[in-house]
Amino acid sequence: MSVNQGITLKVENIHKTYGREKVLQGISFEVKKGETKVIIGPSGTGKSTLLRCVNRLTIPDAGRIWLDGTEITHPRTDINKVRQSIGMVFQDFNLFSHLSALDNVRIGLIKVKKMVKGEATEEAMRHLARVGLEDKAAAYPAELSGGQQQRVSIARALAMGPKLMLFDEPTSALDPELIGEVLKVMRDLAESGMTMVVVSHEMGFARSVCNEIVFIENGVIVEQGPPEVLFEDPQHQRTRQFLFKITELYGKSERK
Amino acid sequence: MNFFELTYDILPALLKGTVVTLELTACSISLGFVLGIALALGRLYGNRPISAFSSGYIQFFRGTPLLVQLFILYYGLPRYDIRLSSFVAGILGLGLNSAAYQAEYFRGAIQSISRGQMMAARAIGMSRFKTIMNIILPQALRIVIPSWSNELIYTLKYSSVAYMIAAPELMAQGKFIAAENFRYFEVFLVVAFIYLVAVLIVSRALNVVEKRVRIPGLQMAQ
Amino acid sequence: MVTLELTFLLLVVGLAVGILLALGQVYGGKGLVLLSSTYEQIFRSIPALVLLFLFFFGSSFVGLNISAFLSAVLALGFRSSAYQSQIFRGAIQSISQGQMIAARSLGMSKFQAIRHIILPQALRLSLPPWSNEYSSVVKDTSLAYAVGVIELVREGRYIIVRTFEPMIIYITIAVIYFILTYAGNRSLGYLEEKLKIPGFETKSRKE
Ligand SMILES: Nc1ncnc2c1ncn2[C@@H]1O[C@H](COP(=O)(O)OP(=O)(O)OP(=O)(O)O)[C@@H](O)[C@H]1O
Ligand SMILES: [Mg+2]
Repeated sequence: MSVNQGITLKVENIHKTYGREKVLQGISFEVKKGETKVIIGPSGTGKSTLLRCVNRLTIPDAGRIWLDGTEITHPRTDINKVRQSIGMVFQDFNLFSHLSALDNVRIGLIKVKKMVKGEATEEAMRHLARVGLEDKAAAYPAELSGGQQQRVSIARALAMGPKLMLFDEPTSALDPELIGEVLKVMRDLAESGMTMVVVSHEMGFARSVCNEIVFIENGVIVEQGPPEVLFEDPQHQRTRQFLFKITELYGKSERK
Repeated sequence: MNFFELTYDILPALLKGTVVTLELTACSISLGFVLGIALALGRLYGNRPISAFSSGYIQFFRGTPLLVQLFILYYGLPRYDIRLSSFVAGILGLGLNSAAYQAEYFRGAIQSISRGQMMAARAIGMSRFKTIMNIILPQALRIVIPSWSNELIYTLKYSSVAYMIAAPELMAQGKFIAAENFRYFEVFLVVAFIYLVAVLIVSRALNVVEKRVRIPGLQMAQ
Repeated sequence: MVTLELTFLLLVVGLAVGILLALGQVYGGKGLVLLSSTYEQIFRSIPALVLLFLFFFGSSFVGLNISAFLSAVLALGFRSSAYQSQIFRGAIQSISQGQMIAARSLGMSKFQAIRHIILPQALRLSLPPWSNEYSSVVKDTSLAYAVGVIELVREGRYIIVRTFEPMIIYITIAVIYFILTYAGNRSLGYLEEKLKIPGFETKSRKE
């Protein structure tokens, strides 16, 4: 996959404080087009906060973020426009409970992109098929398994035609046997050239798919680099300890 | 005249009053519906003054008797040369009162929708307004149905209080008839029966509606 | 003040009858269940004002000579009991069956189990909805005006006849009611805090 076509996402010196708690203290990184970055770090270190800053669901106190050269953090940027180009997948799916799978995928196309209904349906079905759920189009979220719900939510994000996909622990609310189907969709997506930032502790996925792992602790990047380097020869003791702990917890090999 | 003859005799007049009762109920519940949604949204999503106004309104109307609210509208306002007909004052009073209760039901329903859905909607580029219209309200309106049904029945029953400002509804008709034939108890027995039947019919009808719009997994409170 | 007196009596009547009804519905036989749920349905479906008139005119109809005040206490009190019974029934039913069985296995009679195990929990659980019922009762006392009881609104009426200031008087009355409901709810909220037992629903008392 080509990684030199320029930079899709640039994050520069992001700070965020909640009350007295300094959650992010100067995070900077870049994601090249087609690249997949996996962010890891202990609970409460601000990984979710960082992802939310990227599409301004949370407004950082300081620092700047660019998507394809457009400054997201600029107050005059039309954020609703930018958000269409950034897909986001949440830990607990957040499907719209009153809408069928099809409508979940279609509503953004109709209400935000102003597509006509027929066209939107076709497009939505295409994305449901892509995550292997065209036969569940009529089901309501409550009628789907967790893995299926997460795949619908990926389809919902993809339907908007994003340049960048953000995943916030997309498999950690799932039963172990359902994790594989979601990771497979994500791997296919990465291989198709999508630019992705993934918060996840699925180290099998990280090893086999991502270009770079970013280890965050206490609001700063401790270390980042290709998975081989981080796993085999980390520069920091903390990185080694943390990676050891999560491989113990989540297992080494990728779940299928 | 025995009780059944009496009933037969007075029923037409009472049914006329029943129609007024139903009109009063329909108008005020609708007024309360629109205002209630506005108040709930104002309280949850409004800026400080709007939110404070909404909760003040809700507290005041829930904390004071409907009778006093109606008297303020019907006897208080003319002091400042605002004269409302008893029917209009009744609708206004019942509607403003119901709005406060409906607002609380809507607020509860909205708050039961996970914050994550709001976030997901914003993340695909929906504006706040669109999110409220397309994601929050369609769910809230379904979730609220059981408590809203209670509110409708409550309004139906409390529309009888409009009798105290001389609105020509069921109670007033009853009193009017009883004043002529002096059979107060029996007349009001018939009135009570009409209310009983009306309440039963309305609650059955609402049950049907609830079943119709039910969506799997969208829990309806109560 | 008549309004306070009325409120107090209505709550007492409603509480006593309401608890009995609730116990009847949960633990009673078929006949008792049918009886109390019909009672509930009737008193909840007929408007308060109509009930007032029924009791007021009904008492003389059957030859009883009771005051307007007493007929108001009975009409609104029974009405409140229907609502309160629903509150208590819900609370009792939310306490697990296991607690009853545990109590009986300690050798308690059914009555003792209800008295010492079920009710102390049910009453605590009932406090928040009961606080709503309190507000309703306070406000509904104003309806006694319709049968001539000299309560707050009627007192206000007398003052208006003298002063010709309906707006000011009615607003003042509204504020008084507001204070009554607010203060009551506050105190009940305080009581709820006081009586709170951490996770009490899951623990059974040791003897
Ligand atoms: N909206 C908010 N208001 C106040 N504090 C917040 C808010 N969001 C996050 N925080 C705090 O910021 C810190 C970082 O939270 P965040 O969810 O970003 O961590 P995380 O790295 O994603 O953790 P996890 O792995 O558990 O998901 C936490 O201590 C959290 O309590
Ligand atoms: Mg997180």
